[in-house]
Amino acid sequence: MTGKQSGKDANMSNIPRLAEIIAAHAHMAGPTLPTLHAIQAEFGHIPAEAIQMIADSENRSRAEIHGVVTFYHDFREAPAGRHVVKVCRAEACQAMGGEAVAARVAARLGLDFGATSADGGVTLENVYCLGLCATAPSALIDDRLCGRLTEARVEKLLAGIER
Amino acid sequence: MTVTFYVPQDAAALSVGADEVVEAIRLEAGRRGIAARVIRNGSRGLFWLEPLVEVATPAGRIAYGPVAPEDVPALFDAGMAEGRGGLGPTEDLPFLKAQTRFTFARCGVIAPLSLADYAAMDGWKGLARAIAMEPAAIVAEVTKSGLRGRGGAGFPTGIKWKTVLDAPGAKKYIVANADEGDSGTFADRMLMEGDPFHLIEGMAIAGLAVGAEHGYIYTRSEYPHAIAIMQAAIGLARDAGYLGASVMGSGRAFDMEIRAGAGAYVCGEETALLESIEGKRGQVRAKPPLPAHEGLFGYPTVINNILSLTAVPFILDKGAETYANVGFGRSRGTMPIQLAGNIAHGGLFEIGFGITLGELVNEVGGGTASGKPVKAVQVGGPLGAYFPPALFDTPFDYEAFAHAGGLIGHGGIVVFDDSVDMAKQARFAMDFCAIESCGKCTPCRIGSTRGVETIDKIIAGRDVAANITLVEDLCETMKFGSLCALGGFTPYPVLSALHHFPDDFAKAPRAQAAE
Ligand SMILES: Cc1cc2nc3c(=O)[nH]c(=O)nc-3n(C[C@H](O)[C@H](O)[C@H](O)COP(=O)(O)O)c2cc1C
Ligand code: SF4
Repeated sequence: MTGKQSGKDANMSNIPRLAEIIAAHAHMAGPTLPTLHAIQAEFGHIPAEAIQMIADSENRSRAEIHGVVTFYHDFREAPAGRHVVKVCRAEACQAMGGEAVAARVAARLGLDFGATSADGGVTLENVYCLGLCATAPSALIDDRLCGRLTEARVEKLLAGIER
Repeated sequence: MTVTFYVPQDAAALSVGADEVVEAIRLEAGRRGIAARVIRNGSRGLFWLEPLVEVATPAGRIAYGPVAPEDVPALFDAGMAEGRGGLGPTEDLPFLKAQTRFTFARCGVIAPLSLADYAAMDGWKGLARAIAMEPAAIVAEVTKSGLRGRGGAGFPTGIKWKTVLDAPGAKKYIVANADEGDSGTFADRMLMEGDPFHLIEGMAIAGLAVGAEHGYIYTRSEYPHAIAIMQAAIGLARDAGYLGASVMGSGRAFDMEIRAGAGAYVCGEETALLESIEGKRGQVRAKPPLPAHEGLFGYPTVINNILSLTAVPFILDKGAETYANVGFGRSRGTMPIQLAGNIAHGGLFEIGFGITLGELVNEVGGGTASGKPVKAVQVGGPLGAYFPPALFDTPFDYEAFAHAGGLIGHGGIVVFDDSVDMAKQARFAMDFCAIESCGKCTPCRIGSTRGVETIDKIIAGRDVAANITLVEDLCETMKFGSLCALGGFTPYPVLSALHHFPDDFAKAPRAQAAE
């Protein structure tokens, strides 16, 4: 499991692979977001040492790249839990009892939205629309889309990921 | 004889178990010695029936739905493999039959990545015609159709293209806005997942029309299925010569790539979107310059919603008049309307402008899913107004909605039953603005947070009258002091909730008075 280390201290062992990913995107026009997506896909977050490396590669300041990473909700500065549960909190899901489903998920996981469990098992997050608005309420559990959620179905789905 | 089944791979169908249904069909067919072929189509857009299984018969495709995996053995017992039982021919389902599908004609019908299917249903005809035309003639045809932007603002597409055609530039770009962040909307997603070559064709025509050789599709990271299908489609189209150095052998070049956002609603705003492709924070640019003059990387750029771009192949193939003959007032052609939230028949309903809101919600949509009375519908996403049933005679049309104090936006309609608390919805609108603000304007960045706090006081019953006045003042400031519609239009849901549903903002003091 490379890359699951803390985002705080520079981790020298990440550098060769980061350099490869950055180089692989350097030919693109506007490579920043594709590079960050590729890094996060592999490392689970944006390791701190990546910021300076991207800045150097793109001839931009470190502050600028840091600003990009922090602007977008998707990019994490620290690794997420082994499982990520995203519950839609937007209007179409609200109209179908989505807030009760969200509350049940939070209670079942014992987590607030935005938090990761102490054992690093699960991260719980809000999402504003998965485009499943006619099969609401919905959630994304790891890569699995879940529509027409009920509190009962939430229990089943979450029991599945905790094992 | 092999039996052909269709089971959508649309994300919404997957979210309610389409893959499991495919497994069950394969298993059951195998058990019965029936040779089965399963085609993964896009969705027809009848989402309350998903997973919607179709079986090909000599009399056309027969529909079954919603199908759960455990239903499959009984459906086979009842003769599903021969097309017996079920809902009857798909095309005869009233929800489909009542539509005018110009843009979504193929979606749910074809296998999304089959070039043969696409070509067999009028695919590439619009592009072929465009290749034979002068750029200015293509633009004129689009102008004549009356097509207006489907991303929200309703700006005439032909006029936008003309500006880019006339703009001097060493390079030009076509950008498809597929950021679709509005809750209650899924048309862009459905189209990319169900008919991806269609978007490629629309963008290629735009490229020929304005002299752009490169296009970008910018979509949301929340749409991984759409991204994967679009990516595959771009590769197939390139290999087949529909993209590349000589589009359909015309000697003119056009190619494209897809870019994923990273969870920022404001990146749907066209200039924030361009910033994002360029690798910057998604902050809104001041206009002028217009993107048509100085857009992506500083070059003249057409940026259109994908429903605007995908209206164009039809317009070129069938003619601007055929398109413009449908519609209402200054809103010409069809709108893919999305019925969502608490609605019995949720889905995609493409129809000429002019149908009333009430017809959409009660007749097409069948009222609420919960069976309770409709209390409010939000039209046009999180920046759209809440309408009470008293305004259900409003025709679906840009001007009529503006006149009624709202907007049609990207065509999403979210229905709420009478359990909704409109003060909470107003609070959510402010909160959403606070979460998604790009931070450039104070009224949007700070005002929205003050709005949440003030509405919280109203909900708690503190100085209700004074705080309502404060919210109204704040909305005025946001309307006039914001650079873009995120801050500028958040007052729509807030004030419409306040003005149409005043009782929901007066609950607490009344309860106190009763004590
Ligand atoms: C906050 C905000 C979000 C927006 N989101 C979208 C979007 O997701 N998709 C879209 O096509 N337009 C969106 N727009 C509108 C675009 O700025 C722009 O008007 C549109 O892409 C133009 O294309 P059209 O002329 O084809 O409608 C948004 C605008 C704002 C202010
Ligand atoms: S209104 Fe809000 S989102 Fe729009 S530019 Fe201003 S701060 Fe940014």
